[in-house]
Amino acid sequence: MGGVPRFWRSIDNRYRLIGTRCKNCGEVFFPPRVVCPNCRSDGEMEEVQLSGRGEVYTYSVVRVPPEGFEDKAPYVVAVVKLEEGPLVTAMIVDCEPGEIDVGTPVEAVFRRISEDGEDGVIYYSLEFRPVREG
Amino acid sequence: MLRRDVAIVGVGMTRFGELWERSFDDLFVEAGLEALEDAGMGGDEIEAMYVGNMSAGRFIDQEHVASLIADRSGLTPIPCTRVEAACASGGLAVRQAILAVASGMYDIVLAGGVEKMTDVTTEEATATLATASDQEWEAFHGITFPSLYAMIARRHMYEYGTTREHLALPPVKNHRNATKNPKAQFQFEITVEQVIESPLVADPLRLLDCSPVSDGAAAVIVCPLEMAKEFTDTPIVVRATAQASDSIALHDRDDITTLKATVEAAKTAYKQAGVEPEDVDVAEVHDCFSIAELVAVEDLGFVEKGEAGEAYHDGMFEIDSDYVAVNPSGGLKAKGHPVGASGVAQVVEIVEQLRGEAGKRQVDGAEIGLTHNVGGSGGTVVVHIFERAD
Repeated sequence: MGGVPRFWRSIDNRYRLIGTRCKNCGEVFFPPRVVCPNCRSDGEMEEVQLSGRGEVYTYSVVRVPPEGFEDKAPYVVAVVKLEEGPLVTAMIVDCEPGEIDVGTPVEAVFRRISEDGEDGVIYYSLEFRPVREG
Repeated sequence: MLRRDVAIVGVGMTRFGELWERSFDDLFVEAGLEALEDAGMGGDEIEAMYVGNMSAGRFIDQEHVASLIADRSGLTPIPCTRVEAACASGGLAVRQAILAVASGMYDIVLAGGVEKMTDVTTEEATATLATASDQEWEAFHGITFPSLYAMIARRHMYEYGTTREHLALPPVKNHRNATKNPKAQFQFEITVEQVIESPLVADPLRLLDCSPVSDGAAAVIVCPLEMAKEFTDTPIVVRATAQASDSIALHDRDDITTLKATVEAAKTAYKQAGVEPEDVDVAEVHDCFSIAELVAVEDLGFVEKGEAGEAYHDGMFEIDSDYVAVNPSGGLKAKGHPVGASGVAQVVEIVEQLRGEAGKRQVDGAEIGLTHNVGGSGGTVVVHIFERAD
């Protein structure tokens, strides 16, 4: 995934689910953006903490994994709609593929997501898991 | 608008497939020579070249391929430029050639596309194709290219009631069409049952929903319309060239069941050409996955949003349909998908169709043709509209 600096730059966002909000139009973005795509030079971004709660907007089950994910397959990937508005791509963990559907409530959870590759980095990130009753 | 009318006067392409015995440069040269021969040219006439190529750097460890191609073609010192927009690289190369001629800078320009994908393993090819998605925020989480289109399919099924059987219909049609195309990678038929029972790749998409890994090249020669008769009796005029962009990641879109870049590029193209979707007789659309063709015919305005599945059920897009024939070549699914070449090969097919030279897969009386080439999951779309000029 491009090595240590590339991962390190976005650790706050990945580990703590920090997004950005445009002070001009109020829209919240995750992944974070430097420029608001609605307001461009009229906008101004500030950091915003996201709750990590949302629901599955769409999903798939990866059966043919890329390098680094071999021991996880089959695994569920999804676009999750966060309660603050943005859609975010993530893995859905702690579940069987059959448990997930469009609309399933999910919450963010910290996970090791792929093995150390050639550059020695072990990648961690916030992923999502189904919200369990009780 | 174009400052002067532009026509296509020569086309060529290699067979598509796993062409172990052919190199990257061999493929391009073969397609280019066929296009020159088709236009009755020797090669000296070509003033510039544009080459669509997605990822020679990863597929064959070679960058700087534009000059490599000019060199191997014996066309140095003419300027040769590589353009890249993932799987839309080829369509973009054609568009650059058209713009270069329309501007008056050059008269005769060759646009080609080439990809050599089978020198690497399937895993490496899969990882390379995934670079067309957002590496940091999609691929990082284990997303593969099939899984992106699978998520489009899942949401399309949820919102519009599209079924698993509907998804199987474009691949079945495209394989049937490819049996009539001697240059196609898969010249055999498949059934709906075979699609539905093929191995899962990324639910709900299965192996036979997916276009293959392929080698191949294609080339077209463009010139001002007023010069076209010097080279061919049947010049094909460019009625529209349009391109649009969208977010590279699915999650940054308001609606992932539609490719907004297709809608925008098509709107521009129809306006430029002064035609409506129902005027199109034949279309080559970007069917990298089964769901992609269903979404394409909706976004191009051939059917209402959400109604593609039933339209396929009714046979609206067959070669002998009196509506619009879609992917008579076999499409990316069955003709093959050497990613940088695909957009150019679409134009080759439409030119042959409009000339009436498409053999067994000829669409009767085709006069207006459209090509639709998508990069990534819709971050780039190129749409062209062509018409017979004679």
